[in-house]
Amino acid sequence: MTDTQHITVATAWLDGCSGCHMSFLDIDERLFTLAQKVDIIYSPLVDAKELPESVDVGILEGSVSSEEDLKKAQEFRRHCKFLISLGDCAVCGNIPGMRNLFPLDAVLHRAYHENVQKNPQIPNVGVPRLLPTVQPVHGVVEVDLFVQGCPPPADVIWHVLSELIQGRTPDPMTLTRFGK
Amino acid sequence: MQLEELSELAAEIQESQQHCDHCVRVCMAAGCQSSGAKVVFDALSEKTAESEHVCVKGVGCMGLCAAGPLVEVTSRGQAPVMYQQVTEADAQEVVDSLGGAPVERLRCPSDMPFFTSQHKIVLENSGVIDPEQIKEYIAADGYRALVHAVTEMTPAEVLREVDVSGLRGRGGGGYPAGLKWSTVSKMPGGDKFVVCNGDEGDPGAFMDRAVLESDPHRVIEGMVLAGYAVGAAHGFIYVRAEYPLAVERLTKAIRDATKQGFLGQNICETRFSFDIEIRLGAGAFVCGEETALMASIEGRRGQPRPRPPYPAQSGLWGYSTLINNVETFANIPPIIRRGGAWFASIGTEKSKGTKVFALAGRIRNTGLIEVPMGITLRDIVFTIGGGVPEGSQFKAVQTGGPSGGCLPEEFLDLPVDYDTLRQAGSIMGSGGMIVMDQTSSMVDVARYFMEFCMDESCGKCVPCRAGTHQMHALLDKIAQGHGSVKDLALLEELCEVVRAMSLCGLGQTAPNPVLSTLQHFRMEYVAKLQEHALPDGGPPASERSATPPAESQETTS
Amino acid sequence: MMKPATPSQVRVVTFKINDRDVSARSDETILQVARENGIRIPSLCYVEGLSVWGACRLCLIELNGDSRLLAACSTRVEEGMEVLTDTDRLRRYRRMIVELLFAERNHVCAVCVSNGRCELQNLAQECGVDHVRVPYRTAVYHVDASHDWFRLDHNRCVLCTRCVRACDEIEGAHTWDTMGRGINCQVITDLAKPWGESKSCTGCGKCVQMCPTGALVRHGTSVGEMEKDRGFLPYLSRMREAEWE
Repeated sequence: MTDTQHITVATAWLDGCSGCHMSFLDIDERLFTLAQKVDIIYSPLVDAKELPESVDVGILEGSVSSEEDLKKAQEFRRHCKFLISLGDCAVCGNIPGMRNLFPLDAVLHRAYHENVQKNPQIPNVGVPRLLPTVQPVHGVVEVDLFVQGCPPPADVIWHVLSELIQGRTPDPMTLTRFGK
Repeated sequence: MQLEELSELAAEIQESQQHCDHCVRVCMAAGCQSSGAKVVFDALSEKTAESEHVCVKGVGCMGLCAAGPLVEVTSRGQAPVMYQQVTEADAQEVVDSLGGAPVERLRCPSDMPFFTSQHKIVLENSGVIDPEQIKEYIAADGYRALVHAVTEMTPAEVLREVDVSGLRGRGGGGYPAGLKWSTVSKMPGGDKFVVCNGDEGDPGAFMDRAVLESDPHRVIEGMVLAGYAVGAAHGFIYVRAEYPLAVERLTKAIRDATKQGFLGQNICETRFSFDIEIRLGAGAFVCGEETALMASIEGRRGQPRPRPPYPAQSGLWGYSTLINNVETFANIPPIIRRGGAWFASIGTEKSKGTKVFALAGRIRNTGLIEVPMGITLRDIVFTIGGGVPEGSQFKAVQTGGPSGGCLPEEFLDLPVDYDTLRQAGSIMGSGGMIVMDQTSSMVDVARYFMEFCMDESCGKCVPCRAGTHQMHALLDKIAQGHGSVKDLALLEELCEVVRAMSLCGLGQTAPNPVLSTLQHFRMEYVAKLQEHALPDGGPPASERSATPPAESQETTS
Repeated sequence: MMKPATPSQVRVVTFKINDRDVSARSDETILQVARENGIRIPSLCYVEGLSVWGACRLCLIELNGDSRLLAACSTRVEEGMEVLTDTDRLRRYRRMIVELLFAERNHVCAVCVSNGRCELQNLAQECGVDHVRVPYRTAVYHVDASHDWFRLDHNRCVLCTRCVRACDEIEGAHTWDTMGRGINCQVITDLAKPWGESKSCTGCGKCVQMCPTGALVRHGTSVGEMEKDRGFLPYLSRMREAEWE
């Protein structure tokens, strides 16, 4: 970690429900404090289209389910000095990972044929190809910190960020757990 | 029965055997039977049926299974001649040669080191007597120790001989037999049990099988002696159902011994009674573990339980129980007959006596051998075993079954005993010995043994149940060239955890083949990692190897 | 199932747990004494009132100066022993055991009825399992919802056999048992028949109360509602013993 007071943060959601990002926003008025210490330079919450060359902290929500997710996870690993898996989907696969019990074809068929009445077809244009198995983020790249929870409570996210701002490595294990 | 009576009976039997000039012994152990010994035996019997001077005998294992079926001819006043790979068609020629010159083309050189370097105690009758005839066992000093003990020795004296002998359990643990026996004998009160563990399940091991098939009375005698020494009246022999011949011979042996008064009520007209029941294993390797074995005998699911309490404290149905394996019991009669001090004079300081090994794998003389403790691995593999076949290069020897370790060339000069092997990262185990040459990949070897342990895990404790599964998956991944440095580190960590945390010996020793191959052949693992190495951060192996199914490619991209 | 043999003469012994002096009856186990003294040793398959099973291996402890580990649930106390319950090595091993359990079946806490009241979930937190390093097996398991009141979800089962022992030792029905070996081991009702068809099940629900996870639950409990009452079992066990004495 850098010991500067102003750190850059990038976030992304892979295969998840965006709930972890919502939980992040739930830190409420502490967002103002955070804004003085942190630059969010890439995120679904801001307008930037490109991940800058070097980022202090990368935060990934969601599991790695598609080629797009895989690319993004690898990109984050390359560009971020410190990478955080945020939430159960990123940490353990969680709900997206439940499709691993079935072959991918069966899952697609179920979703786009069996459960559709009008013009059933599996989408194949403009959507990323799904991987055969859903993986947690650490299944494809090295991860520096794991923050469990579905979603991790706002207080935990605040704790993690404020520790990082102060140049310490946070230990969220005492504050959160799988499924919290 | 008193000792004199037994001696008279033995002399009588010996005399009755004298009438034939030529004794033709055909090995009828499982190994030779599988290469056609039965038809050879029938042919020889048929062709000599008329002759009074020839007797044809089916005997137990002669050891050199690689050259079976084996036939040995002993003619009065001549050195025995051994024939190898005898077929039905050779029978006439063998019969014709009796009294004349031996059939040179069939001869098996019995002066080769395979035979001359062995020291037979457990296997002394193996290949010599007909295992189905109690008379032959009696004629070979059988039941002498039993009669002597129950009529002339106190249980404490029997215990002392076993203690002095320094015999250690031959099932793998190497726990001093004398100590175990005296613990059981000292347990207060009530019924006690003696259990013989014949659930030999190691791949490539057939020591106990050979003893049970070749000399079943020896095991019975050992068990009765144990019962006398510890004060037990009931015994169980737990044999795997995969050994039908052993079961058949044991069943007959128990019946014959009971008829002769060596088993059952009031043995040798004393107040000592002891009976033996056979229990068949249903194919679970874990039932070789003593607490699982006892659960199985009791009719429950064959699963280990935590020790203590040890079987000596609380065994079958909660009673104090003595458990030893087949080979351990087979050592007892000669120890009582010849004295514990005699036994202790053989072997090394901490490992006394001999050990039976089953030689298998890439070795010339596949078979069963018995050697004094302390002999070097080199002597076993190269002198007795004849080394690896032409064109092969010795690479490693795996001792101790699926949970043993693989030792490379530089360990060949180690003396074979319990403690040295353990220090070298392997174990004595029950005596399986598998030789490997340059064609064996050590990663594959480790994976094979891990698969065995995974399949045989009973599923009770977490580290063994889930850990062996994960280790096997990692080994599989590495063997296929998809492993990463991280996978190897994880594998090593799993080895450590499974070894330290598992409930019973199966799990505790399951990582041994991995650990020993990692210790001695680490480069082979590393080479596998490099085979398909991708830069860190690449997709995991499962995706890299799998070609995306054609359909999903079309439909999703 | 057997209880460890009781030594004929019970003495009082003193020994140390984590450098703290404690006293105990010589027929107590290390785990019992630790609990009496408020010293936490993680465990999963042990329940007061049921026989010792010794299978989860989480309660393994170290003795000072001895490299071998002992299961606290099945090891009796001895005079002068120096028990260490929380060394680096033990922490590392316990963490791996919990990870192996998470990877073995499909434990998705977020959608589990026992979320927030699950012993496995708590153990993960206690043992520092911030993520699972071994690959998930993702094997398919059934859910048996054939019983009128209860449901069995093999996806959440950790094979602690608390249900098996409670049913056998307390209720006396022996509806539950295990079948299969190794990784294929699973709990069964009667002879692997659907629970709802069981002739031996009395419907007492002790198994459900005993289950540490969301494998055995009452019908009609939605996510996070499955509260379990574990206190009744030691009580029943004590009462029965008192009756026999």
